[in-house]
Amino acid sequence: MFRIATAVGLIGLIVASLAIGAADLGTNDNGAAFLLIVSRIPRTAAALLAGAGLALAGAVVQLAVQNRLVEPSLTGTPESAMAGLLAVTLLAPGAALMTKMIAATIAALIGTAGFMILARQVPRRDPMLLPLVGLIYAGILGAGVTWFAWNTDLMQYLGTWQAGEFSGVLRGRYELLWLIAVMVGLLFLGADRITLLGLGEDRARSLGLNLRQTLLLGLGIVAATVAVVVVTVGMLPFVGLVVPNIVSRWRGDNLRANLPVIALSGAMAVLASDLIGRVIRWPYEIPAGTIFAVIGAGIFLWLLYARPRLEKPAKAAAVTNTAGSHG
Amino acid sequence: MIRITDLHLHRDGQPILHGIDANIPATGLTAVIGPNGAGKSSLLHCLAGLTAPDQGAVQVGNADIAKARPADRARMVALLTQSTPALPRLTVAELVAFGRWPHHRGRPTRADREIVAQSMDAFDLAGLAGRRVDTLSGGQRQRAFVAMAHAQSTPWMLLDEPLAALDPKYARDIMDRLHGLSRPGPDARGIIVVLHDLAMAARYADWVISLKDGRLVGNAPRSDVMTSEGLSALFESDIIVEDLRGRPVVVLA
Repeated sequence: MFRIATAVGLIGLIVASLAIGAADLGTNDNGAAFLLIVSRIPRTAAALLAGAGLALAGAVVQLAVQNRLVEPSLTGTPESAMAGLLAVTLLAPGAALMTKMIAATIAALIGTAGFMILARQVPRRDPMLLPLVGLIYAGILGAGVTWFAWNTDLMQYLGTWQAGEFSGVLRGRYELLWLIAVMVGLLFLGADRITLLGLGEDRARSLGLNLRQTLLLGLGIVAATVAVVVVTVGMLPFVGLVVPNIVSRWRGDNLRANLPVIALSGAMAVLASDLIGRVIRWPYEIPAGTIFAVIGAGIFLWLLYARPRLEKPAKAAAVTNTAGSHG
Repeated sequence: MIRITDLHLHRDGQPILHGIDANIPATGLTAVIGPNGAGKSSLLHCLAGLTAPDQGAVQVGNADIAKARPADRARMVALLTQSTPALPRLTVAELVAFGRWPHHRGRPTRADREIVAQSMDAFDLAGLAGRRVDTLSGGQRQRAFVAMAHAQSTPWMLLDEPLAALDPKYARDIMDRLHGLSRPGPDARGIIVVLHDLAMAARYADWVISLKDGRLVGNAPRSDVMTSEGLSALFESDIIVEDLRGRPVVVLA
């Protein structure tokens, strides 16, 4: 029943996304097929891929640091990717998109590793501490990137990377996002290892997990996903925070079992945000990232507020744990 | 047998363990006791191969545990660390099944599933299989984690204060089950437990290791280590060990 509802919802969203836009499919000069192939289908696919990728990236980060209040935009990942992109744009202005992408991924991986090193020093007792540290870390990196872009006259690039939106998506300019599909496949293969990370370092190592290798795999997937989203459509904050939190509450932390649910929920949420952005001030558009941030911030506040009440029923011995329960 | 030879460990320039030499018998229940900061958890981490000593070695069977590959290590020794603030949102069945991970690395066989079922039975968890670990009571949750270590099917099970914050009923329940697993027989396990509760150590341990300030104080059968003089000196507090109907009883004087 639930699966049917999800399928109907997904198909409904896709059909709506293909049908709705500033140009009318029926009266378009170039014909409906042209409009669909060049603009609407790429745009729909881009929103679905970005949403799925960012939601999964959030789940991976949360398990890797055992804190549910963290997501890629709170680990300095997009800012580092932007730094890598700026560097390539300056040093090799004519570089192919793939080269830029690789540079952005490597920079994002380094920036995320920096956050992981910081995270080891942060006391675990108060789960709010780590996201605050992440916020400051991302803020410092972001300020550095802005300063750099300002001085090199690249501010307009920065603007497009920071504000996720899909109005510019056309055939030939979004295909890199299919890399996310590859990342989802990789993640599926490593899902058990990432879930083990969520049990804590000692427990994971005691079960024979190679910690470094697993972190590199997980954070590599996060870095590549965020980098490709930043390059093609711009960063969408909150997706990686809100979607995995809702799914985890409802279905738990077993990544292998929940991976399709997280991916699908993220995809649908971002596509829905893009659709709302298209119709709310028709024929003008509001970026999907802005729409999601408004809705996502509301849901996030609700999660923060509702959490202690939901987890209180656990017995006395658990009380000391509830505050930190997985972050 | 676990052979510890001249084990030294430092952290941030501070000595944690110095010069520990001990052999731990392969069957039976060994309790590790000592005051706070004696190095009990560090010793357990060294025995499990998670912390490499600065000097000396730990031999588990014939292998130097610090040099073993992670996958091999996890088939020799299961370590249950002290509970962390992170509570996984996994069902009891999922959690215990992850205990088999060192054996199947993501591809469980029917034999793995049978062992998971046996481990759940051994800790009376069959009725809780579908419950999420984060919704269990403290006693149930601890049983689930011990069952996970049990499912790892290692000849050695190491537990770091598994009874912390448990009521006597649940604490005894876990100790009874661990004690049973360590009785001599074809499937007997060597069980090493860091215990804060001396009454539990007196009741269940066959062998006792006592540590103080990173040095080995005692390494002998329970009756030799758990004496009034020995414990009083170890904890710098007046402790009396009495015999009550053939069992040692620890009393704070």
